Amino acid sequence: MMPIGYYLFLSMALFLIGAIGVITRRNVIVVLMSIELILNAVNINLVAFSRIFGDVAGQVFALFIIADAAAEAVVGLGIIIAFFRNRETVLEDEMDLLKW
Amino acid sequence: MLDKVIFFFFAGVAILSAGLMVTRRNAIHSAVFLITTLLATAGIFLQLRAEFIFIAQIILYVGGIMVLFVFVIMLVRLDVALHQIQFSRQKWVALLVTLALAAEVGVMLWSSRNVPGQGFLLPNAVPAGKLPPNTEALAGRLFDAYLLPFEIASVLLLVAMVGAVVMAKKRT
Amino acid sequence: MNPTLHAVLVFLETWWVELVSGVVIVAVVPLVAGYIVLVERKLMADMQARLGPMRVGPHGLLQPIADAVKLLIKEDIIPDNADKMVFWMAPVVSMTAALTSMGAIAFGPAFQVARDINVGLLFVIGVSSLGIFGIVLGGWASNSHYSIMGALRSTAQLVSYETAAGLALISGLLLAGTLKIRAIVDAQQHFGVWFVFLAPVAFFIYVVASIAETNRAPFDLPEAESELVAGYMTEYSGFRWALYFLGEYANMIVVGAVATTLFLGGWLRPFPNVRWMNWLDALPALFTAAVGAYCVYRAGKQPVRVQTWFMWGVALACFVVALILAVPLLVAPLKFLVPGLHGAFWFLLKISAYIYLFMWLRFTLPRYRFDQLMHLGWYILIPLAIVNVLAVGVAMILEMEYGWNRWLAMLLTTVITLATALFLLRLNDKRAAAASSAAPPPEEPSTEDSYAG
Repeated sequence: MMPIGYYLFLSMALFLIGAIGVITRRNVIVVLMSIELILNAVNINLVAFSRIFGDVAGQVFALFIIADAAAEAVVGLGIIIAFFRNRETVLEDEMDLLKW
Repeated sequence: MLDKVIFFFFAGVAILSAGLMVTRRNAIHSAVFLITTLLATAGIFLQLRAEFIFIAQIILYVGGIMVLFVFVIMLVRLDVALHQIQFSRQKWVALLVTLALAAEVGVMLWSSRNVPGQGFLLPNAVPAGKLPPNTEALAGRLFDAYLLPFEIASVLLLVAMVGAVVMAKKRT
Repeated sequence: MNPTLHAVLVFLETWWVELVSGVVIVAVVPLVAGYIVLVERKLMADMQARLGPMRVGPHGLLQPIADAVKLLIKEDIIPDNADKMVFWMAPVVSMTAALTSMGAIAFGPAFQVARDINVGLLFVIGVSSLGIFGIVLGGWASNSHYSIMGALRSTAQLVSYETAAGLALISGLLLAGTLKIRAIVDAQQHFGVWFVFLAPVAFFIYVVASIAETNRAPFDLPEAESELVAGYMTEYSGFRWALYFLGEYANMIVVGAVATTLFLGGWLRPFPNVRWMNWLDALPALFTAAVGAYCVYRAGKQPVRVQTWFMWGVALACFVVALILAVPLLVAPLKFLVPGLHGAFWFLLKISAYIYLFMWLRFTLPRYRFDQLMHLGWYILIPLAIVNVLAVGVAMILEMEYGWNRWLAMLLTTVITLATALFLLRLNDKRAAAASSAAPPPEEPSTEDSYAG
């Protein structure tokens, strides 16, 4: 195993790239994919710490995060499909039905 | 030495694919690069000797969630979105804030690198030969101390499944 | 010495067995897959009372080589608006997934690339399911209606039957108690019986689900010629199509290997622990020698001289293999070779039987319609597999906690699951009857002749 700083740096880099994706992309499907990237970065962090402390609870939590990410992706994509059926767009700027 | 090579290979692939993913114009290309990022992350898990999380990542994330994403991208018409501006108006502010955050974390990691016992760049782990078998250890904790979160997670997945089916059904 | 060079040499010295095994798999499996295609054509011919490929080489033996050469020299056509990167990548993904998942399979007690990974069986299933991307991305990248529809149908079918296959495997894994490939076969040796006799319904569900997983008939709607041209493979020609095709046959080998490891006893002979059946150890050598003797018998009846020589050559090869299998049994100092050689023989024999079953079903059964296919997967196989998991769990508790006889408990399991299957099929019949009685009666053919006048 490498010293843990390397894993933390990798996790931070993936998290920040995902954060950039969430904030700056207009295509809402790419935003969802960036959210998945953020969750993965957190997983790397958890599993690295689980390895260094020898406690498998970090991996248990990572498993829950994977299950939760699956549920969230499913619901998010269902919402996107339902919205696309109505308004024919996937760009977040054009999803402004609640704007005054 | 082998450990280092494997780590840098998978870490490099992960960061490169992630960068490519958030910048592609075509959403299918983004999905493909997210698949490579997830596979590289699975490689990192395997390098950390977390074998069950490695295979759970491959089966659930890559084999399940990404198939779902690719299906939805196919159902949504790409060609309109392909010719629009891809980035919103906040892109420079976002990039600046992200780089500032990265610099902050980097400085913190670097300045604490040699603190004895807690330094982030000091090797500090149980050697790999002494680890208990991963699946058995995970199962022992999951069904013993974390049984309630496990059951709640299964109810969550059921709710998500029913909700998605209800939302995606055509109104007749 | 240069430290990098030293590190590389240490790496090679520790891992050379795995590297050589991996190279063997990547080199041998496509060739074997090509010859499985030839076997399928010959079997199809035999079941249809004809001879099959006979021209290229004696008895058509060089047909796969001729096919490979033809596919390699064909023109590489890429459709007009196809996405070039994804179009190129899709068949590669399909083939890579199939070959990588072979890395964790133990072809006998002595040959395994990834030595005893902790999650062995799950690795094989998980990585072989990555082949779905090869299909769905290839269909999309071809920019053609037939391709996309074939890809979507095929992916929906694969995802549905993957769940059923996984649940069926869980029933077997409950009996084995571990995910490691070697430990599963060792558990079957410890129990003294193959798991197919303890959980036959799980094996049946896995057979059906794996036929659907590999897109074989009767579940081959996505690639049937009369339905969708060739489904997701429509726009692929030449070597790219060959990669898809070989990936499909490599997938057949993988599901055969998984079923053999978990249900059919892996590399164990029948009755592995019974001492008075030890004469079965001589069976591999006797079987191969019998095949050789049959070749000698047929050699005299060949019409063409080159075929006679070929039959003599095959007979000689069979006798050599029989000798290799028999010698370690008879010569005492070589007895340590027996488990490796005989284990590999039994394993390959069982995979061959499984693939023969696939081919037999292909030539016999008509194709399922897509909605019938999805109904079978979701309404019948998945509930049956879930009930089977519960029933096997109950049987194991009855055996461990309450001291029932193992066979009695497993008989109870089978009875419960078969009752559920009958119930589900009756529900299906009722639903089909209700649907057809609600449909309008067929129209009377019109008596007006549109060509008249």
